[in-house]
Amino acid sequence: MAPELRPRLILALLLVVALALPPLLGALGQGFYVGFAARVLIMALAALSLDLVMGLGGMVSFGHAAFLGVGAYVVGIGSWHVFDGSPLPFGLPGSENALIVWPLAMVFSGLTALGIGAISLRTSGVHFIMITLAFAQMLFYLAGGLKTYGGDDGITLYNRSELLGLKLSDPQTFYYLCLGILVVALAALLRLRASRFGMVLRGVRDNERRMRALGFPTYRYKLAAFVLSGMVCGLAGALLANASEFASPALMSWQKSGELLVMVVLGGMGSLVGPVLGAVALMALEEGLADLTQHWQVILGPLLLVLALSARRGLWGLLRGRRDHD
Amino acid sequence: MTEPLLHTKGLVKRFGGVVATNHVDLQVERGHLHALIGPNGAGKSTLIGQLSGEMAPDAGRIHFDGHDVTGLHVHRRARLGLARSFQITSIFKTFSVLANVTLAVQAHQGHSFRFWRPALGDTALTGPALSALERVGLADRARDPASALSHGERRQLELAMALAGDPVMLLLDEPMAGMGPDDGLRMVELLASLKGERTILLVEHDMDAVFQLADRISVLVYGAVIASGTPDAIRADEQVRQAYLGEDR
Ligand SMILES: Nc1ncnc2c1ncn2[C@@H]1O[C@H](COP(=O)(O)OP(=O)(O)OP(=O)(O)O)[C@@H](O)[C@H]1O
Ligand SMILES: [Mg+2]
Repeated sequence: MAPELRPRLILALLLVVALALPPLLGALGQGFYVGFAARVLIMALAALSLDLVMGLGGMVSFGHAAFLGVGAYVVGIGSWHVFDGSPLPFGLPGSENALIVWPLAMVFSGLTALGIGAISLRTSGVHFIMITLAFAQMLFYLAGGLKTYGGDDGITLYNRSELLGLKLSDPQTFYYLCLGILVVALAALLRLRASRFGMVLRGVRDNERRMRALGFPTYRYKLAAFVLSGMVCGLAGALLANASEFASPALMSWQKSGELLVMVVLGGMGSLVGPVLGAVALMALEEGLADLTQHWQVILGPLLLVLALSARRGLWGLLRGRRDHD
Repeated sequence: MTEPLLHTKGLVKRFGGVVATNHVDLQVERGHLHALIGPNGAGKSTLIGQLSGEMAPDAGRIHFDGHDVTGLHVHRRARLGLARSFQITSIFKTFSVLANVTLAVQAHQGHSFRFWRPALGDTALTGPALSALERVGLADRARDPASALSHGERRQLELAMALAGDPVMLLLDEPMAGMGPDDGLRMVELLASLKGERTILLVEHDMDAVFQLADRISVLVYGAVIASGTPDAIRADEQVRQAYLGEDR
């Protein structure tokens, strides 16, 4: 069980690149891209949260954008009430304090995940995919119906969240904050993957019937993973609202859920590191191809197909080499 | 006479028109190796499925170790000490051999809402897992991926997983299915060594093995128990000879 050197070296290298990126872009006169890079890190966090249920637990959620949206709306609504001065239900004031709003975003997306998971996890396979999609679509239309908060147009944030006197409106500061959160989340989930809880999830993915026969009440473990995943995704949503200074129903669209699925599969399902790479690759490709031609989707589709077929364990599988067994 | 460890009363299970379990009253004494035999499609796996809790009977009750377990979920029965192996090998293919058994141990050590410590670095899990592997003769394959095992070795792993939770009773559905003669012989030895130590309900087609190992034998034909008794009594039973033993195997 000697820890493998190669994946660790690659991870260290990637971290160094990520740390050096803002000054590098600045030196190249491409400082504009720092904001884009932060959005990539945020989507990577969302893809990571999806891999927790999909890659480790075998639960293919086609509705994860819902949690992204809930997280973003909590930040958006908090900020809207600060600007408007009107109170929230129960006479609570609006807030732009990250230490209040971001945890709240996680609580609300976690509760949403609890509701969606409690029902959809009674099914599996294609039914599970369809039900998670259906719930996300319901929330999408619900958000569009919030006339107070801009309906289909959504909410524009007047200020980014305030975090301990940090200047989050500064792209570099915001980028490093996102990087810090992503690294902590990735490290924690890698730890979880090898834990007893992680073993149960992977056992359920491989053979749920056997898990029950061994004595595991599988439903509650799957639900716990789903809620945890929803919370992490909700945090990504809160960050995304800050990144784009905007929260709208479009965040909950099925296309967004699909994008997250592509990131996970492209990067390498179940590896946790892979989906982060998948997010970087997909968004960089979209950005690069969109610069080249307006018909970029015609190129992106086949390109993804080739990647998916040539690297069945995803980009991370290609990079890290031999597969490990636990 | 003491209460049997496991007994069923009037168990019935239908699949459409097929009566797969037909008013079965089965009694398995504590400490016995009890064999369940019968032709293909007699309803042996269906009976095991109801005992383990994967299938709900249409009628009847199941008592285990002083509990009425008829309505109990699979995982609850497993926690009570009722472990099963599957006729078709059912293991975790992306795990190592050791991780497969570790998971079986983990099922019996309280809840698994433990998110931090690596499970495979925890000797409270790997210790019992390794001894279960030693018991079945797979210790030297512990670090190999389960997918790399031969068919016979997978059957051994299947048994190690059932043993790992230190069960009161084993429900073994054809542990030798598809094994070559050498592997089969080793499995018979292993079962002989387990005899007396655990209560075992053994489904098996190999009559030599059954008559060599069993304390009691029940014969199932078309879902109904047509005879139950010692190996000598079963061998002498005219009805059994006609319905089953005489025919093919
Ligand atoms: N899930 C099911 N749905 C419908 N019929 C079933 C189902 N499971 C079993 N049966 C039927 O019930 C009967 C008993 O099957 P079972 O698998 O219990 O037999 P068995 O004694 O284990 O046979 P074998 O020796 O081949 O393993 C058979 O007629 C089978 O076709
Ligand atoms: Mg069978």
